[in-house]
Amino acid sequence: MTNPILETRNLTKIYGQNVIFKDINLKVNEGETIVIIGPSGTGKSTLLRCINLLTSNDGGQVFLDDKEITAKGHNADEVRQQIGMVFQNFLLFNHLTALDNVMIGLTKVKKMPKDKAKEKAMEELNRVGLADRADHYPGQLSGGQQQRVAIARALAMDPRVMLFDEPTSALDPELIGEVLGVMAKLAKDRMTMLVVTHEMGFAREVADRIVFMEKGSIVEEGSPDDLFYHPKHDRTREFLWKITELYGKKEKEKGAVE
Amino acid sequence: MLRSPAPTLYPMLSNFFSYIVQGTAITIGVTLVALPFGLLLGLLMALVHTYGGKIPNRLAAIYSLLLRGVPPIVLLFILYFILSGKVINLTPFWAGSLSLGIVSSAYQMEILRGALLAVGGGQMTAARAIGMSRLQAIQTIVLPQALRLAIPPWSNEASIVLKDSSLVYALGVPEILRRAQQLSATTQQPFLAYGIAALIYFVLVFATNRALDYLSERTKLPTHP
Repeated sequence: MTNPILETRNLTKIYGQNVIFKDINLKVNEGETIVIIGPSGTGKSTLLRCINLLTSNDGGQVFLDDKEITAKGHNADEVRQQIGMVFQNFLLFNHLTALDNVMIGLTKVKKMPKDKAKEKAMEELNRVGLADRADHYPGQLSGGQQQRVAIARALAMDPRVMLFDEPTSALDPELIGEVLGVMAKLAKDRMTMLVVTHEMGFAREVADRIVFMEKGSIVEEGSPDDLFYHPKHDRTREFLWKITELYGKKEKEKGAVE
Repeated sequence: MLRSPAPTLYPMLSNFFSYIVQGTAITIGVTLVALPFGLLLGLLMALVHTYGGKIPNRLAAIYSLLLRGVPPIVLLFILYFILSGKVINLTPFWAGSLSLGIVSSAYQMEILRGALLAVGGGQMTAARAIGMSRLQAIQTIVLPQALRLAIPPWSNEASIVLKDSSLVYALGVPEILRRAQQLSATTQQPFLAYGIAALIYFVLVFATNRALDYLSERTKLPTHP
């Protein structure tokens, strides 16, 4: 068995007196899609932010390719180039076209020549099905399109791992499918992904492993079948039952995600 | 002295006009020094206030509070006597223009600070997430958006500086108001002298605001067609 591409050891985050999460041990193997589920306020998003060093941690370590990225003096900007992040509210650069949004990391951070960067950016836009929207500004794109550009922007950096922080929560129900579709395709292409989401259909169909988090710790993790059909903890069963009942109808209409 | 103004009005008007117009170049000069100087200083202070950390943040806030809490003319005299004193010895034009720029920097700082806040932290986070340094993120992501947002309020400040450039008349700089005052004193025609000055100021302010409206329109980001 090869070493995991990303690993957290006893990762802990505390705001003042508030323990956001404690002793999180998570291993992500190359090509794996892991979906983190759990109630709001259990520290899922903060966990993702700690992993790519957007937020400092208060204990524990994060390893990327066996190197401790939480070590003192480690260049955080370099780490973030290797970890792609997709946000709930897209956060496209509003003053740049879709193409420039995808290009800017290549030209400014990777110092790639303009023509090469443009070629690569067009490839990535094509991958998310938006090559024909290259010259549109974020204000001219739908939420789903904006999120797909945001995915392309992260992919352009050739990251080792992609983090998704509730990528569809801010979208109209009709637009969720196109974003999940892009993500499912990425998973199929063996991109290593860590996804925080409430989309149970996606979790069931696409995830290699599901992690159920509550109150700042991991309650249970396992294959989708294990968690959905043979959960070890009552709390997992209860959460999944509630959320599937809530979203069940919508998923049936969508026909889930291939 | 002018019993029948009608025959002499037109030549007098044109004389007045050409005399005061010569001050216009100086008024524009003062503004073109004060505004960009204030912009640079204001931008620096706004960035220090927003991204500088605790102590620099406090210092920038005090800078703004002090400069905005005193009438510009008082500051102008204080700064003028520093800038044209024994250590630094500038001409009245430069001392006056730079002083005006310093006064304006505090107001421009507040305009830019508001714009930086309006862009929001999310843009910074997204820029950092693709591996940009803080400085890169400010340069390429936050500032281009903040400056766009700042144009309309900045247009207001630009017209204030243009009008406040008349304050340097108190330092002996022969700009529009100074010349109008000289004419008024020598010809006893205050209404005409100051009226022409007012007209020139109005045209300048109007043109400035129109130009900045145009800039704002040109740099506006497209939304749904």
